[in-house]
Amino acid sequence: MEQVPILKIGQTLFVSIQIELEDDTVMRLQEDLADELAATGAHGVIIDITAVEIVDSFIGRMLSMIGSISRLFDAETVIVGMRPAVAITLTELGLSLNGVRTALNAEKGLEILNGKS
Amino acid sequence: MDEVPIQSGDDVVRVRQQVRIVAAQNGLSLVDQTKLVTAASELARNTLVHGGGGVARIEVVKSGNGRVGVKLQFSDEGPGIPDIDLALTDGWTTGSGLGLGLSGSRRLVDEFELNSKPGAGTSVVVVKWSR
Repeated sequence: MEQVPILKIGQTLFVSIQIELEDDTVMRLQEDLADELAATGAHGVIIDITAVEIVDSFIGRMLSMIGSISRLFDAETVIVGMRPAVAITLTELGLSLNGVRTALNAEKGLEILNGKS
Repeated sequence: MDEVPIQSGDDVVRVRQQVRIVAAQNGLSLVDQTKLVTAASELARNTLVHGGGGVARIEVVKSGNGRVGVKLQFSDEGPGIPDIDLALTDGWTTGSGLGLGLSGSRRLVDEFELNSKPGAGTSVVVVKWSR
C-alpha cells in the first residue's frame, strides 16, 4: 500500500495527494494525520487535491472524517485545489464535504488557517 | 471489449484507469469522463464489498443516431439485493457508508440498469454518451 507523506510547516500539516487513491491508502492517511496531529499539536491541515482526478463517496467521506478528527485536536482542515470537474461530479453525486473547508489553492488555504489563529 | 476482474482495492483503481482511457479516447468531455469514472469507482467498490468480487466489462457502443458512448457492466455472484428500489434510495446503506454509491452513480450516467435477485448476484449496466 502506498503512503501519502505529511509535512509539518510551522503550525500547519501539509498533505499533497499525488497518487491514485486506493481505499486503504485514504484510511492510512486518516490514521497518520491523527497521529501527527497528536504528536505535533498543529492547528491546521491543508490537503492539496490538485492531482486527484476523482473523489467518490468513499474518498469524500474519508476527507470529511479527517476534518472531524482534526477538530478534536483543535485543528481546522482545508481542502485545496479541487478540479472543476471533480466539484461538478461531487455535487451531482450528492456529497457535501462536511467538517472541512475548501479553498482555491494552498495559498488561500493558509490564509484561512492564519486568519483563525 | 475490455474485462477487468475486481478482487481487490488495486482492481478498483485499475477499473477507474481503464474507464478513464476508454472515455477519453471516445470523445467524452472532461466533466463526463470524471462523472463516468466516479460512477465506475462506486460500482466497482460495490462489486468488491457487497458482491464479494466480480468483473467489470468496458465497451464502446453506438446509438442509432451515430453517437458514441461508453458502456460499463459490473457483475458479481454475491448475495444480491433484496429490495432494489430501497437500495437506490439516497442515504440507504447496509454498511457504514453514506448510501450514495448506487443512487449517486445513477445520477452521474445517462443510462442505468440494475438486475439483481437474492442469491443470484447483481449486474449493473451504465452508459454515458458523448455529446
